[in-house]
Amino acid sequence: MTVSPRAEAAIRQLKFRDPDMARALVRTIERVTKEIGRSPVSVMHVCGSHEQAISKFGLRATFPKDLNVIMGPGCPVCITDMPEVDEGVALARQGCVVASYGDMLRVRGTALSLNDAQAEGASVEVVYSATQAVELARAMPDREVVFFATGFETTAVATAAIVRGNLPRNFSILSAHKYIPPAMEIVAEMPETRVEGFLAAGHAATITGWGIFEPFVERHRIPVVVAGFEPLDILAGLARLVELVRDEKPTVVNMFPRCVTKEGNLRAQEELWSVFRPIGGRWRGIAHVPNGNLRLRDEWAHVDARRRFTIDLAALWDGVPPALAADCVCGDIMSGVSAPTDCKLFGRECVPDTPVGACMVSSEGACRIWHQYGGHPNLEAL
Amino acid sequence: MSTLAVAARERITLRHGSGGRAMRALIEDVFLQRVEANASPEDVGPEAMDDGAALWIGDRWIVVTTDSHVVHPIFFPGGDIGRLSICGTVNDLAMMGATEVLGLTCGVILEEGFLREDLERIQASMAEACREAGTRIVTGDTKVMGKGEIDGIVLNTAGVAATGRVVRDRGLSVGDRIVVTGAVGDHGLAILAARHGLKLEGDLASDVAPINGLVRAALAAGGDGIVAMKDPTRGGLSSALHEMAQKSGVGIVLEEGAVPVHEPVRAAADLLGIDPLHVANEGKAVIGVRADAADAVLEALRAHPLGREAAIVARCIAERPGNVILDTGFGKRLLAEPEGELLPRIC
Repeated sequence: MTVSPRAEAAIRQLKFRDPDMARALVRTIERVTKEIGRSPVSVMHVCGSHEQAISKFGLRATFPKDLNVIMGPGCPVCITDMPEVDEGVALARQGCVVASYGDMLRVRGTALSLNDAQAEGASVEVVYSATQAVELARAMPDREVVFFATGFETTAVATAAIVRGNLPRNFSILSAHKYIPPAMEIVAEMPETRVEGFLAAGHAATITGWGIFEPFVERHRIPVVVAGFEPLDILAGLARLVELVRDEKPTVVNMFPRCVTKEGNLRAQEELWSVFRPIGGRWRGIAHVPNGNLRLRDEWAHVDARRRFTIDLAALWDGVPPALAADCVCGDIMSGVSAPTDCKLFGRECVPDTPVGACMVSSEGACRIWHQYGGHPNLEAL
Repeated sequence: MSTLAVAARERITLRHGSGGRAMRALIEDVFLQRVEANASPEDVGPEAMDDGAALWIGDRWIVVTTDSHVVHPIFFPGGDIGRLSICGTVNDLAMMGATEVLGLTCGVILEEGFLREDLERIQASMAEACREAGTRIVTGDTKVMGKGEIDGIVLNTAGVAATGRVVRDRGLSVGDRIVVTGAVGDHGLAILAARHGLKLEGDLASDVAPINGLVRAALAAGGDGIVAMKDPTRGGLSSALHEMAQKSGVGIVLEEGAVPVHEPVRAAADLLGIDPLHVANEGKAVIGVRADAADAVLEALRAHPLGREAAIVARCIAERPGNVILDTGFGKRLLAEPEGELLPRIC
């Protein structure tokens, strides 16, 4: 029998959305968590897409109360630091056309967001891909177009690909790309979080390969499970993770083998590292992350906005951050110390229409996700 | 700066027209401030913010409602602004329990330059929808505005019906079941797809239809067992359930897997990252039923051509009054109350 590709995709999806299997996995997670015998057992995922799926399917309500599943620094828009936003705002005010992903426009720097700059008359454009930013530059040959490039290694690969292609002379890149593995090291060492295991993001691992987590596991003696994004992927990943915690077996387990290999996508890695080099830098709300920022290598200096322009940040210093920002606990939320519901602004002053912190702006931010799916994903705790 | 000075500068935004919280607040703050008290305790007036008003005339109620239509595009897969203008009003009356529509009014405002053949097409469509609903337009008004002063056409209809029993949107109690009369999300996604040229139009069509006949069948089968009704227009099933839960003071547990959704709607919603539960419908009803009447109502609905896909989707609980809990089949979470429709000019 032949099955159409569409039907095949539907069947595949159903396989990972079987409620009976989900219940069986939930029972396993419960049993194993109990066998660990500590409370709470804290594990962390580092991906907005994992939080999306956990919230959308209401999985949090099924987790045992002794298991604390924390969202770590998994939202690239959220951890883009204020000075990086400031650079984009300054370039827009200096007359460049600044192109970026939609969510990025609403995130505030020290005082202003790209949206604010646009309201003042600066040219700011939303793009959906790096390629689209290049097309924009081609369409406006008499303007300098700067692509404010944000995102983890998954999106950085797309930026790398366009850098290696043919670029118009009026195009440059302001890289705020981030690299997740070093951030896991930082969070693993934070005394407040006491993370006992990591659920690693399946899509990022398709590029880096699961092997990249082996040195991390060696150093920190914390297990890592690579998981996909369907409900059963996540539940199976968590079940495996709590087993590894129970058995005190710090190792890497790939629970997303239909997409992830040990070595990953070698061609993508080669492109990534031929264009970017890792340097240390601050992640908003987290800390200084050694090797956590991706900057353009010297051979690509001609497309690096930081080297092409003198970025006048001093012009922004007369701005004043909004008063509510003082109460925002985005930083604690991103490092997994607090949950969105711990913030007194959450769902009141801070909503998607009028966000105070970056976590309510981005569709990958914990606050935005919780708000979208009812405000409090853990019904049992209400 | 005084708060008064700030308030004086406040302007109406598109959010105020989206059917969500902002619109309700605007109505409460502006339109409900100086309304006259109801003439009779039996009346349902503007303060109820129900689908229409019910005026007691001694032995029964006269139910009145009005609805303006600004949908863009005016012709869309499955219908047009003319059909929509009839169905919107007929269905609002039906949601109050008034399914025999005595007559409708039709006010039309046109932009200079509007094509006469389009107007004729819209009129024919209104006539056809009236025939389906078993009613007619009994009076009307026509205005033309200058080029650019209005976008194409705006249609307003009002409707009048008499009924011996008014069904409110706030009659739910613990233990009641909730029925939807068919698949959700068709109208909103058909409009979205048509407007954005998603090339999915072939698969997506609006459900716009007069459902007074369908509701009549349900009322005949369920009698007093039907305790609440609401049409899930802007904000979709989620908005309707939230409003019913809040006004009735009960919690509602919605079973996601039981909600009928057509496959093309599910696919398009996934693609756009939106939830079909939040998307507008124009030919569906959400009906609250006592548990012992649920099967009879369901059977009557399914026997009607517009109710074949009717399903029991939710039940009312005492816990978490005013909230809607979504049982996804994997776990449970609160369903967010939509801020309103995702796009302006959906109806």
